[in-house]
Amino acid sequence: MAQYLILIYEDEASYATAAPEVWGEIIEEHNRFAAGVDGLGAKLLGGSALQPTTTATSVRGGSEVTDGPFVETKEALGGYYLVEAPDLDTALAVARAVPARFGGVEVRPVMVFD
Amino acid sequence: MTADPVPDASAVAAAVADAHRREWAFVLAATVRVTRDLDVAEECVQEAFATALTDWRDTGVPSRPGAWLTTVARRRALNVLRHQGVARRSLPLLVEDDLAPDPADDDTGDGTHGYPDDRLRLVVTCCHPALDRPAQVALTLRLLCGLTTAEVARAFLVSEPTMAARLTRAKKKIAVARIPYRVPPPTELPERVDAVLAVVHLLFTTGHTVPAGEELVRRDLVERALQLCRMLRTLLPRDPAVAGLLALLLVTDARRATRTGEDGRLLLLEEQDRSRWDAAAVAEGVALVREALRARPPSRYALQAAIAAVHAEAPTWEATDWAEIVALYGVLGQVWPSPVVALNRAVAVGFASGPAAGLAALDELATEPQLAGYGYLPAARADLLRRLGRLEEARLAYTEALHLTANAVERAFLAGRLAELG
Repeated sequence: MAQYLILIYEDEASYATAAPEVWGEIIEEHNRFAAGVDGLGAKLLGGSALQPTTTATSVRGGSEVTDGPFVETKEALGGYYLVEAPDLDTALAVARAVPARFGGVEVRPVMVFD
Repeated sequence: MTADPVPDASAVAAAVADAHRREWAFVLAATVRVTRDLDVAEECVQEAFATALTDWRDTGVPSRPGAWLTTVARRRALNVLRHQGVARRSLPLLVEDDLAPDPADDDTGDGTHGYPDDRLRLVVTCCHPALDRPAQVALTLRLLCGLTTAEVARAFLVSEPTMAARLTRAKKKIAVARIPYRVPPPTELPERVDAVLAVVHLLFTTGHTVPAGEELVRRDLVERALQLCRMLRTLLPRDPAVAGLLALLLVTDARRATRTGEDGRLLLLEEQDRSRWDAAAVAEGVALVREALRARPPSRYALQAAIAAVHAEAPTWEATDWAEIVALYGVLGQVWPSPVVALNRAVAVGFASGPAAGLAALDELATEPQLAGYGYLPAARADLLRRLGRLEEARLAYTEALHLTANAVERAFLAGRLAELG
């Protein structure tokens, strides 16, 4: 078994302008996703949604504090899931099921120190 | 194992080279099962071939070289594993959780040497969609065809250190991200085979029309692509897309000898000596096309092969069934929408219904962004304009095509056409 972090990158403007019923749909999709991970042969270890990058603060080189995200991109990191899966194919099956209608996800293996 | 009478050094070298070409993928795939590490497996297989070079001089060439090499490589792998502690391992072991029991030395005589045939595992791992296309291509040539890093670098016109870095990164990703050494389940297999076919097709087209440089056909890449495609056909005998690609490669390559004249000049289909096309390759390809077209919808390779087959079966250029070719391009455009397909269809329309109709079809593509900078578009336009007698416009179009083409043989052709216009 290995751990993978699934990073969700989406267009923040689309969320900012989304109608309340769209938000409701998206939350419902995430609930369905979470319930379905076991069925894909993986285990959900954690996950969170993040506040938008307008609330981000970056600290460079351990001292310089700046307002905003570390890297400005059109599609910003907006949330993540941490999953345990036997291999990349399983992790990718989970990644495909992650709701991300305004963007996509990146799958990163978690480094193991033994 | 029975052995032939003791051969001389050159016969042994030839036998080893032949085994390298035929058996490398099988031996490596069977050794990866033991090592679960691609680099260690490669080293052991290389050593097995080196051992063959000396041992076969004493013992003769074994009746089944693949079995001999597999036994030696796997024995070597077990030794390495015994002596190399787990702590010294640089990369995690490959994931392979669904292995059937290893029949090892059980000699079943079924052509698999008693060893499991893991070549499909190896090829779908090399062409995993999580690897980018250059990495897939490099791994396939290195691990399935047994080319050295230097040879792979040369085939793709990059430096050896660049290619070595590409291979190292790809192998590291396979191990660290845990790309499994596994044949995917039937539901996912077609998609994964598609990626493998795309790699084989790219190898063939790269070899068939070298993007830059002097020689039109880089023979070794074409041979490797054909060999890989035949291997896939053996591994997936009922897959229509595999049949379609093999058909396409065979029928296209059947014309190889006639594609350039004695002076190296590019010859059009129109000018080629059809009696010198490889009739056996065409016949094999045409039989495969029939099989491949039975799938619904047919694969893009099957349709491309069908188009190539219409050309191959026409006794003369004039007798070409252009209406059939236009129709096939139409279906191809639905299965695999691409501006290049539309361009080829327009060219076919130019022969089926005359250059004015062809030009009208071509002009619809003039603003297609994907064709901007594509040399075949102005070249096709130039040819239609020439046939319509609009020579000044044809001259401009040939000049534009020349600017966009790097292949020396194709450039010479275009320059020749331009000169003919005076």
